[in-house]
Amino acid sequence: MDKITAIKGNVIPLKMNDVDTDLIIPAQYLTSVSTKGYGEHLFQRLKESDKQFVFNQTAYQGANILLTGNNFGCGSSREHAVWALREAGIQAIIGHSFADIFASNSAKNGLLLITLSEGLIADFFQQASSSQLVLYIDVVEKKIRLEGTHYDFDMDPFVQYCFTNGLDELDYLLSCKDDIGMFKQKQKSFLTLGEKP
Amino acid sequence: MSAKSIIDKIWQAHVVKQLQGHPAVFAIDFVLLHEVTSAQAFATLKERDIPLFSPETCLATIDHSIPTRKNRHEIFDLQAKNQVETLRQNTRLAGITFYDFESQHQGIVHVVGPEMGATQPGMTLVCGDSHTSTHGAFGALAFGIGTSVLTHVLATGCLLLQKPKTMKVHFKGRLSPGVYAKDAIMKLLATIGIGGATGHVIEYTGEIIRNMTMEERMTVCNMSIECGARAGLIAPDETTFNYLKNKPYAPVQDKWQNAVEHWKSLCSDDDCTYDRVIEIDVNNLVPMVSWGTNPGQTIGIDETVPKISQLPENEQSMARQALDYIQLKEAQPILGTPVEWAFIGSCTNGRIEDLRQAASILEGQQVHPQVTFYIVPGSEAVLAQAKKEGLDQIFEQAGADFRMPGCSMCLGMNDDKVPAGERCISSTNRNFVGRQGSGSFTHLASPATVAASAIAGKIVPPNEFIKGSQVHG
Ligand code: SF4
Repeated sequence: MDKITAIKGNVIPLKMNDVDTDLIIPAQYLTSVSTKGYGEHLFQRLKESDKQFVFNQTAYQGANILLTGNNFGCGSSREHAVWALREAGIQAIIGHSFADIFASNSAKNGLLLITLSEGLIADFFQQASSSQLVLYIDVVEKKIRLEGTHYDFDMDPFVQYCFTNGLDELDYLLSCKDDIGMFKQKQKSFLTLGEKP
Repeated sequence: MSAKSIIDKIWQAHVVKQLQGHPAVFAIDFVLLHEVTSAQAFATLKERDIPLFSPETCLATIDHSIPTRKNRHEIFDLQAKNQVETLRQNTRLAGITFYDFESQHQGIVHVVGPEMGATQPGMTLVCGDSHTSTHGAFGALAFGIGTSVLTHVLATGCLLLQKPKTMKVHFKGRLSPGVYAKDAIMKLLATIGIGGATGHVIEYTGEIIRNMTMEERMTVCNMSIECGARAGLIAPDETTFNYLKNKPYAPVQDKWQNAVEHWKSLCSDDDCTYDRVIEIDVNNLVPMVSWGTNPGQTIGIDETVPKISQLPENEQSMARQALDYIQLKEAQPILGTPVEWAFIGSCTNGRIEDLRQAASILEGQQVHPQVTFYIVPGSEAVLAQAKKEGLDQIFEQAGADFRMPGCSMCLGMNDDKVPAGERCISSTNRNFVGRQGSGSFTHLASPATVAASAIAGKIVPPNEFIKGSQVHG
């Protein structure tokens, strides 16, 4: 993973709650065996059914920070949703809350999730829908900066550690190999293995 | 020693190490694989030249994208065909047990694992699929993971995890005839909503849980994810042990006795605490049906679709969008809504008991001429058992289409789709926009309600079709 210490860019406002991963990337696009090729189908259904949908508007083209409401990423655990967002250029999502598996998948793919209060999100929505909203997200200081003011956000210390050090979780786990080996040897298992069913 | 819940006990027994401020290195005992979410994990391992940690504690099958017609070996969708072939190759190279079409064990991954006895109490189990929570029915800590984490587990037998919060859901009272495990879990979803248990692992308790069969417990745990829970589980008891005994992966002889003793010790201590406790009263519960486009948008079959103005403010816009999509009006009764499709299957309700339920209702009846009714067994084993009991005959005589095992119309990744603008009553777990096919409408319900509605051609409760006096736990 590349080091990510700061993200700067335009905000694209997606004023919805409970956006599920089926909506982010519909099931019919999941038949590939690679992690690539999903970006163009991001929010496909909404793009097709609604001309005014924010991802169809030229004003937001190239925006890399998504603004949304509650419980973003709920439903199916498909990591394709995160791959699709990343490939479409989204680097950070600001919302009021995120679904668990989605949040965990995001952290592993360099997609930054920021949780803010409902009030602040409402403010951002207002700004982003009336004019261009450009934010500077400082991952080291955990601050969102815009025009002389700033807002603090919380970040899991381990996720922050991984982002700012460009560290891969798999490397971390592999470095614990000896501990894991010892642990697994002592562990009780009641599986009947060997005579394969 | 302080009192602990089963969740805390399993957690503690699997923490390999944990540094201050970092997540725990958490040991995983068993991994289930299917064709849609595993290929990328194998590819990463190959790229980085990392060997598999423990192929013997993995089990793979095909379910999501395969056809369910009789000649299903012919996969016409090239991408789906490629996924199946890729899994075939990956498992062969890695030495992982793979249940292919010919194996007699193929099926939906969450139906197959328990059938083989691979899901055991106290175990930690993962799969690249959110309904892995199903396996919690055995007192296992089982949860869905994304493909990156699957890579971690395949490479190291571990993943990184923060300790989840604990929640007890206590069902109070008894179920009336015609009301089932599915209705009880849908009542929970209707009560706490789809984000109601986010970050928690749920332990289900109560008299109805203790009286449930393993199949019914799986239905309950399966839908834990629909209220945002990380996992859901039920403490093991004699029902669990009887189910597991003599299953292929189950311990034998001396090991069996030791295992049962150990499993008994896992149950929650009497005075243990949880981060949250809620009680759901199921006395007077009626069959439940979803009206909207998420599983929390659910009501009793005798109720009316909510009036938007009477919903909490933060739910109103979603509710309006849901009604626009699904073409129902606020305050209209859900009872009697015409359906063109009916579906029984999936890891929620595609097990032998569900098919028996459906057969008992369909026997001597005809599916309504306007309705196409797919019944899809959860696995080869379910299919074989259904045939042995003659259920296939009953389905065919009633005019239902009894198909080959797989996920089928649960997510419409293969050819089994509800056409746009048509309405389906379904025994599955998700009614999201387009889930069963682009532009289709889904109403979630119990298999009994699905079968009854298929006969009536509209949403009706199962009671008038239930023969004799069936009493359910
Ligand atoms: S049956 Fe449905 S919910 Fe279950 S694993 Fe298959 S697609 Fe997922």
